[in-house]
Amino acid sequence: MPEIRVTPLGAGQDVGRSCILVSIAGKNVMLDCGMHMGFSDDRRFPDFSYITRSGRLTDFLDCVIISHFHLDHCGALPYFSEMVGYDGPIYMTQPTQAICPILLEDYRKIAVDKKGEANFFTSQMIKDCMKKVVAVHLHQTVQVDDELEIKAYYAGHVLGAAMFQIKVGSESVVYTGDYNMTPDRHLGAAWIDKCRPNLLITESTYATTIRDSKRCRERDFLKKVLIPVFALGRAQELCILLETFWERMDLKAPIYFSTGLTEKANHYYKLFIPWTNQKIRKTFVQRNMFEFKHIKAFDRAFADSPGPMVVFATPGMLHAGQSLQIFRKWAGNEKNMVIMPGYCVQGTVGHKILSGQRKLEMEGRQVLEVKMQVEYMSFSAHADAKGIMQLVGQAEPENVLLVHGEAKKMEFLKQKIEQEFRVSCYMPANGETVTLPTSPSIPVGVSLGLLKREMAQGLLPDAKKPRLLHGTLIMKDSNFRLVSSEQALKELGLAEHQLRFTCRVHLHDTRKEQETAVRVYSHLKSVLKDHCVQHLPDGSVTVESILIQAAAHSEDPGTKVLLVSWTYQDEELGSYLTSLLKKGLPQAS
Amino acid sequence: MKLYCLSGHPTLPCNVLKFKSTTVMLDCGLDMTSTLNFLPLPLVQSPRLSNLPGWSLKDGNAFLDKELKECSGHVFVDSVPEFCLPETELIDLSTVDVILISNYHCMMALPYITEHTGFTGTVYATEPTVQIGRLLMEELVNFIERVPKAQSASLWKNKDIQRLLPSPLKDAVEVSTWRRCYTMQEVNSALSKIQLVGYSQKIELFGAVQVTPLSSGYALGSSNWIIQSHYEKVSYVSGSSLLTTHPQPMDQASLKNSDVLILTGLTQIPTANPDGMVGEFCSNLALTVRNGGNVLVPCYPSGVIYDLLECLYQYIDSAGLSSIPFYFISPVANSSLEFSQIFAEWLCHNKQTKVYLPEPPFPHAELIQTNKLKHYPSIHGDFSNDFRQPCVVFTGHPSLRFGDVVHFMELWGKSSLNTVIFTEPDFSYLEALAPYQPLAMKCIYCPIDTRLNFIQVSKLLKEVQPLHVVCPEQYTQPPPAQSHRMDLMIDCQPPAMSYRRAEVLALPFKRRYEKIEIMPELADSLVPMEIKPGVSLATVSAVLHTKDNKHVLQPPPRPAQPTGGKKRKRASDDIPDCKVLKPLLSGSIPVDQFVQTLEKSTHHPPVPFLLEQHGFSDIKVEDTAKGHIVLLQEAETLIQIEEDSTHIICDNDEMLRVRLRDLVLKFLQKF
Repeated sequence: MPEIRVTPLGAGQDVGRSCILVSIAGKNVMLDCGMHMGFSDDRRFPDFSYITRSGRLTDFLDCVIISHFHLDHCGALPYFSEMVGYDGPIYMTQPTQAICPILLEDYRKIAVDKKGEANFFTSQMIKDCMKKVVAVHLHQTVQVDDELEIKAYYAGHVLGAAMFQIKVGSESVVYTGDYNMTPDRHLGAAWIDKCRPNLLITESTYATTIRDSKRCRERDFLKKVLIPVFALGRAQELCILLETFWERMDLKAPIYFSTGLTEKANHYYKLFIPWTNQKIRKTFVQRNMFEFKHIKAFDRAFADSPGPMVVFATPGMLHAGQSLQIFRKWAGNEKNMVIMPGYCVQGTVGHKILSGQRKLEMEGRQVLEVKMQVEYMSFSAHADAKGIMQLVGQAEPENVLLVHGEAKKMEFLKQKIEQEFRVSCYMPANGETVTLPTSPSIPVGVSLGLLKREMAQGLLPDAKKPRLLHGTLIMKDSNFRLVSSEQALKELGLAEHQLRFTCRVHLHDTRKEQETAVRVYSHLKSVLKDHCVQHLPDGSVTVESILIQAAAHSEDPGTKVLLVSWTYQDEELGSYLTSLLKKGLPQAS
Repeated sequence: MKLYCLSGHPTLPCNVLKFKSTTVMLDCGLDMTSTLNFLPLPLVQSPRLSNLPGWSLKDGNAFLDKELKECSGHVFVDSVPEFCLPETELIDLSTVDVILISNYHCMMALPYITEHTGFTGTVYATEPTVQIGRLLMEELVNFIERVPKAQSASLWKNKDIQRLLPSPLKDAVEVSTWRRCYTMQEVNSALSKIQLVGYSQKIELFGAVQVTPLSSGYALGSSNWIIQSHYEKVSYVSGSSLLTTHPQPMDQASLKNSDVLILTGLTQIPTANPDGMVGEFCSNLALTVRNGGNVLVPCYPSGVIYDLLECLYQYIDSAGLSSIPFYFISPVANSSLEFSQIFAEWLCHNKQTKVYLPEPPFPHAELIQTNKLKHYPSIHGDFSNDFRQPCVVFTGHPSLRFGDVVHFMELWGKSSLNTVIFTEPDFSYLEALAPYQPLAMKCIYCPIDTRLNFIQVSKLLKEVQPLHVVCPEQYTQPPPAQSHRMDLMIDCQPPAMSYRRAEVLALPFKRRYEKIEIMPELADSLVPMEIKPGVSLATVSAVLHTKDNKHVLQPPPRPAQPTGGKKRKRASDDIPDCKVLKPLLSGSIPVDQFVQTLEKSTHHPPVPFLLEQHGFSDIKVEDTAKGHIVLLQEAETLIQIEEDSTHIICDNDEMLRVRLRDLVLKFLQKF
């Protein structure tokens, strides 16, 4: 029995370290290859020894697909391909391909240079890894090999984020990566067609949240503020938001952006305009939304200058880098504020302060007291429960599997999906395998002659009851063809064997043979209304292709012999006719 | 399968393909060479043009002198310029299901088709094709609308009058169907019917046909198309290039194994080498400017201009031209330059890698930043303040009949210091120049047409090996001006089928197979038997379901259980349905074995009361010319057995007949 198997190596009932193994029709695909921001030991990367302990990964995986450039989806890629060893194709969209190595390098620097980690991947490894990448265009069908094909759909979320359909024959799986179903200030909404996959693997970060409109969140947003962000993604949306707000309200307080990365980042957005939302695409010639007037580069010295300011600093979960530095500097003053615009993984400073912790233990047993106001505003572009349901409705999957979320919330969403769509919904933990039996139909070539013959009959008005198509399936190597039996015989060089029956039916009738024939004709005509009954000039009667001839009896002139002759193909009708005629003819009136 | 050919222009095609149950229009080219018959539309009142003498017949009759003007021996229509549309009568265009666009030059007739024929289908094109196509249309509409012309000449179109006119007016075809330019409203409405597609995207049409655009290497977003079902494949090649310019390279491999390959849009200047032409362009440009003259380059706002600007970017410093201003004047100049930078995914590899840095893929960004290249929507406004001579001006329209180029022709035509360099291959430069004669300025002809030439075509055809090639008639013979050049035509086996405007071709292939899905439950019930090594057969009796042009075979329904006999049987219920098919039989009957079986009782020992199961003891076998006759004497039954037939002749003893039948069937294979 064919089946689809799914095993999350990461993101199973968890957010972070997305990495999901899918086996479909004998093909093995790895979806995402992320790192976990909450760990800095072995657990930060997926356990690839699950795939093979001794063999080469390339022999076990047909391809790797990266949904978008966030590190929890691609952060383990150089480790996977260069340190564990994988030489097969890695698919991602072009913006992901452009931005991914920059974030990886950034990540590497923080890990190695700042934290002093040894045995980490090197810059060269990032480069070598990226050489294995094949760019995928939206909606392009990429043939990984003769059987396995993948197709990318727009996912919103961040620049270049994509959902992927993985298809072998008539079996398919859709993996959403991270997505959002409502357009924001710089990206459009995710979209997929009614592709009816066997399985939809969807993220469920905000499984229990129904978000209100963004507008009200925007209003109460703006006071000296630290906004920890990732260099690419939400940062650009928030910049557009503040830029337009500053312009409209004529505000003078400076807005800074911390790393040098940002200007570069904005450049990417300018060059990948077709991936942004409709409004930006329409107006970019007049004004490119990613050219900011009010937002300036941040210098470390500015952190100590008096007066209000807004500072965007990386990284977004306050787990390292500049955002953490500024946070430590400002945390003591209750007039300051930190706004967390996105999801924070467990173990990060961001997660701690969001869960109400106000005394933080830092390196060297230092304790940092947090007096500044802490605000959480969900600008993270994930689909909420409504959006997830909407996507399930769009794609019409046979099964749903939840990843990239917390178990409790998943449970709620799982029930909702099962109730509303009457499909099975799974939520495996890391290392747990879900197996779905599939029953793919078998495509064969049917000869047009045979098909047309059947369809023509199907068009007849009395075609209410299902009709049987009769043919011969010729299986030669992997080539399957369904042809009419005649054609099958011909192709195989076989002659048809004609089986014919001629049955003598004795009738008591004193009249001449010709008159008997006429009586037979009118009798059959009246009984067999739906059949073609004919009286031929040579005196014989035909019913369809069955021939009936009347002859004199050699001995008894009061008896006539009816010779009923038919082939095996008319067996039922021929047999019926002989028994009918045996009963005799009605008396002529 | 039929091909309706609506355009006679080989590089601006418009064909309709009927394939299975779908009607697919391939491109929507607009033949603009018709405008060469009209007087230019000057932006600024031109005394020279308005004082041209009216034309009169040989006999002095001057009734046409309002409509027709003469300039240096050529006659021009003094009216709003008009375009030659594709045929609209050959096929009911409201039946067209989809239109596939291959590149932005081949969609210029789209508003005429989508807005005025009852068309209700969908148009498919790539994003760059749509965006740049929109710019080309916008420019065209703008050029024509900003110079309102009161006069619309129609008298000359009268067939009897047209006959009296000098060439080329006399020979112009279908002048009665020529139309004025569309409006921006029609353009917007037409473009709203377009659905964006990406290369290698598989698009299902009604479940019957799949269409796929492939990179064609000619322009940003330019595509060839595959139109296929599971068993038939038509490739539509239109405007393709194997040269490395800015677009993504041509995808040739996907064209393999076509039943029919429709080949259009080859180079219009098969004898010119584009690289050489670019070199000549640069040197002529430099020469003129160094001598203090101005250079005018009539061009489209997108396409080759990007390559020219890139060449100049590399050339101007070394040629000492860094102080010379380059102007690009078009209502869509800014948009075109901006759009070119955001389509990284559609560019060649070199340009794509620039985006990873991130840097704009085209160097004209730097030309603009350093003020070497300036762009303006028109000669009015800012341009008149910034204008410095000598300079180089890129502007449209390449026909020289409308757009800002008309102004520069009038302005610079009288000085031999100036040069006009023709790079666009769509219009004969001599005809384009005719209404400006006599001219003192130098005219250089450097047509740059990167589309396939005949050498490349023959290589391509060898590579992809289509069963049949279909192409415009122009490609099956050498060009009229070079009739001895037998190398300037398509050479393939079997010879290409050619078409001309308003012709309908029956394409030479027969569909034989269709895809059908066998449901897993049915597949499980099939019993394959091996007939020869590697070949197995299974007879299939199944229910056919057809929905949305997809065919599925399901297991036959179980025979209905008898319903307790409550209902009165009608006589007709007994009559068998003759449509229930019996399998075909094959094989032959081994007579000895057959007879032995008949002689044997089927029960051991014989069961007395089952008479019919008794063996026959009176069997006689006679040999005939072709086989044998087996006689059951007592039963008065005769069985003729030959190689490929068996005939059972018996009395009306159904039990015996059925027994003999089943015995015969045992020896035969069923299909």
